[in-house]
Amino acid sequence: MMDRRIWREPSFDLMGKVLQVNWLYVILLCALAGVGYVALYSAAGGAPEPYATRHAVRFGIGLVIMVAIALVDIRVIAKLAWPAWVGGVFLLVLVLRMGHVGKGAQRWLELGFLQLQPSELMKLALVLALASWFHRASWERMGNPLFLIPPLIAVLIPVGLILKEPNLGTAAITAMLGAAMFFAAGVRWWKFLLVVLPIPLLGQFAYAHLHNYQRARIDTFLHPESDPLGAGYNIIQSKIALGSGGMWGKGFLQGTQGHLDFLPEKQTDFIFTMIGEEFGFVGGVAVLALLGLIIVGGMLIALRCRNQFGRLVALGISCNFFLYVFVNIAMVMGVIPVGGVPLPLVSHGGSAMLTVMVGFGILMSVHVHRDVAFASARDDG
Amino acid sequence: MKREIERAGVFTRRALLLGGGQLAVLGTLGVRLYQVQVQDGARYTTLADENRISARMIAPPRGRILDRFGTLVAGSSTNWRAVLIAEQADSVPATLDALSKLLPLSENERIRIDRELHRKRKFIPVLVREFLTWDEMAAIEVNAPDLPGIVVDAGTSRNYPFGSGMAHIVGYVAPPNEADVADDPLLGLPGLRIGRAGMEKFHDLGLRGRAGAVQLEVNAVGRVIRELDRQDGVPGEDVGLTLDAGLQQSVLKLLGDESASAVVMDCRNGEVLAMATNPSFDPAVFNAGVSQAQWLEWTADRRTPLINKATSGLYAPGSTFKMAVALAGLEARAITPGDRIGCPGYLDLGDTRFHCWRKGGHGMLDLRGGLKNSCDVFFYEVARRTGIDRIAAMANRLGLGVELELDLPGQRPGLIPTRQWRIAKGHAWNIGDTVVSGIGQGFIQVTPLQLATYASRIASGRGVQPHLTRKLAGVMQPGAERDDWPALGLTDKLLRNVREGMWAVVNEPGGTAPLARLADPAVQLAGKTGSAQVRRVSRELRESGHFDSEKLPWEYRPHALFVAYAPYDAPRYALAVVIEHGNAGAAAAAPMARDIMSEVLRRDPSNRTAPPPAQVAAADPRP
Repeated sequence: MMDRRIWREPSFDLMGKVLQVNWLYVILLCALAGVGYVALYSAAGGAPEPYATRHAVRFGIGLVIMVAIALVDIRVIAKLAWPAWVGGVFLLVLVLRMGHVGKGAQRWLELGFLQLQPSELMKLALVLALASWFHRASWERMGNPLFLIPPLIAVLIPVGLILKEPNLGTAAITAMLGAAMFFAAGVRWWKFLLVVLPIPLLGQFAYAHLHNYQRARIDTFLHPESDPLGAGYNIIQSKIALGSGGMWGKGFLQGTQGHLDFLPEKQTDFIFTMIGEEFGFVGGVAVLALLGLIIVGGMLIALRCRNQFGRLVALGISCNFFLYVFVNIAMVMGVIPVGGVPLPLVSHGGSAMLTVMVGFGILMSVHVHRDVAFASARDDG
Repeated sequence: MKREIERAGVFTRRALLLGGGQLAVLGTLGVRLYQVQVQDGARYTTLADENRISARMIAPPRGRILDRFGTLVAGSSTNWRAVLIAEQADSVPATLDALSKLLPLSENERIRIDRELHRKRKFIPVLVREFLTWDEMAAIEVNAPDLPGIVVDAGTSRNYPFGSGMAHIVGYVAPPNEADVADDPLLGLPGLRIGRAGMEKFHDLGLRGRAGAVQLEVNAVGRVIRELDRQDGVPGEDVGLTLDAGLQQSVLKLLGDESASAVVMDCRNGEVLAMATNPSFDPAVFNAGVSQAQWLEWTADRRTPLINKATSGLYAPGSTFKMAVALAGLEARAITPGDRIGCPGYLDLGDTRFHCWRKGGHGMLDLRGGLKNSCDVFFYEVARRTGIDRIAAMANRLGLGVELELDLPGQRPGLIPTRQWRIAKGHAWNIGDTVVSGIGQGFIQVTPLQLATYASRIASGRGVQPHLTRKLAGVMQPGAERDDWPALGLTDKLLRNVREGMWAVVNEPGGTAPLARLADPAVQLAGKTGSAQVRRVSRELRESGHFDSEKLPWEYRPHALFVAYAPYDAPRYALAVVIEHGNAGAAAAAPMARDIMSEVLRRDPSNRTAPPPAQVAAADPRP
């Protein structure tokens, strides 16, 4: 049972909770959104319309939602974990049935005022569900392989549904996110090996069953110059833009690749390229550092949390953010295949901004409620 | 409880591992960024510039061609053309249908336009029709609101104010072919033309000018964003000709409908003042390309409108050659000016009889009389005494049968036969060949330009070379007015013998060309007639007495020739006229030569800096 001497229940009112919000972290997020504003201002050819202003407004709304969620008791959120998972799976099924088809895949739900990408919500729900599951797990049960089967299924169902959209990039991110959660929860190393070792074989099998556009994406990633005006064009132009930025960049609004439309999708997927072209290596590294601070900040919140659910949730949300950042930046530098993943808080796009801010809200709630008493695994056994 | 702490410990270790791993990955991305941006930066900068900078050339305006007084002979004029900009049209087919009502478009044109529209980006103009008339252009402009996407713009095309009158000298321009473009990328510019003949070809490089270059910043689809740099080209140089365009016009008018050519030269400095060839062609036709029907019509015409007869027409000089024979004989001392030779109307050599043009013969004649009467027997004898090789050498010295230094492409050298030449062909040289050469028949072939040069050299005693270029880019060319041509090595005394003979031909009673006498008694013309047989007249026909060349079919009639210079006492102008199948030089060519020389003397182009006022009552060339 709980030990009151350790689990001091801090009793704070609303004002107290607001003061508990990690405002330094919020400032980091604001800085990142500010980078986004500057880049989007440039992407529009030096104008606040149509991207930058909307970006700022969305971030403002997102900030309010984030703080609101931060004030919600983490135990309430924990209770919502599995319903959220069920809801996420339902939306994924829905999107397959009647989703908006864009770029050869069904990814979006048209909600009138915004386009919702259920896979983004699903990742948050998955983090919550897995955290909830492992929160209740005793050390002994963690050793029991059968105990790991339900959470594995909880990962595989959404991954499978996202693959079917098809959205290879997000499916891979979701799978990796699940793996990170398992790892942090203390699943033994060799069990990962059991799962990871068959992957090359599975990869062969999967490649054979991939859609042509996905294969083309992998092929052009491996040999981008073989098709300079086709699918490899984006990668080549992105590298040219980055490379021509040099050490100090071409200057704000001076990026030729971006402003002359050689760079595709510069306001979404290739926003980091835009920054790299105009602000150079120095600007690119500064943004990387800011992203690193946000990730480290999330990890610190996880480490300071005194309940397993909160730790795992904070770690999962940080990992999710990291995976976003990694896939996006690695993609624009031509390290991994192009994958339609935006740079969170920087790229233009309402749905992504919303889910990211909801995630940070939950992260902040973990921080605010880091010391609350939280019924954990029944260790008494 | 202990286990809870243990679990927290595992989490902490693994979270630190994950966090550290993530930072390491971000660091790797930073390293990669360094490679791309800093290490490979220069290479990618070049690639980025290649992306955005498009260098284009600006066509320089082609230089003009002017006559000696600055009258425009070839220039560039605005050519209205309709282009279609697809992105400005609501519907391309609808616009073209509407346009067809004003400007009927053929099926082929529609196909070509559609093909170009497919090939080019939507904002690049596609040519619909060139060379719009004023009415067509006005109709399009008035209906512009109904023709979205159609724009009338101005291109340039070459225009020739004198039309066919100078076609053979000025030449023409035509679109360059692929080989031309490979030599000079400037020629790849749309609408640029290359000189294909005449002065347009000879001075093509200067006329073309140097291309300007403009560096444009373009976006990903090729639309021009702004101009980065511009270097203006050098416009083509103007070419000033020695020709007097007004004189050229008059000469052409005097040639009338004959298939003929005439060359007028300044006999002291070699400036060609008129070089007329009839019939001719309109050089502007080549601007847009010549139709096959037109081409066939030109090439099938036996009067050869495409050939510059003045430099490429080859004719036996006939009796006009007699001065060369006489000078060869005099120089070789085969005859003296006083030697008298009897003409019974024929000369028998072996079993061959060579006839004089006058059936009854001329009796005893000296050199002056031989020239004045153009006695054939006299020159048969002179040629026989002198020998073909001496005659050939003299003819070459006088400008016959050699390539002259004329600055015009397409000149033919003609031929003065020598013993060596005949032997090289595998034949023996017969004395009969020498004899007929004495009256400018046989193998001899010369051009009207050579005949004019020949007259110039006889008149001046110097090795005058004809030329057509007077100024380049407004600068007088050093050789244009030179009158210190190397002496021929013939003494004045020697030359006076033939000059006097030429004077007598025209001005003395009984001369063969009284019709060439000028109206103004103060100015006298010296000349010589010639009639060149194109077919050997058989002895039977000649002796039957029914021979009358006027009754022959046109293409069998002899050519009529006349060479002249004037004024006799102070020679300035030399002239050669050749009328194809014009029968007798005395009857056809001499009066024409007189009229041309009158006009030359009236205009006196060598002594003027501006063209004379138009003559109020122009002398009717054919009274």
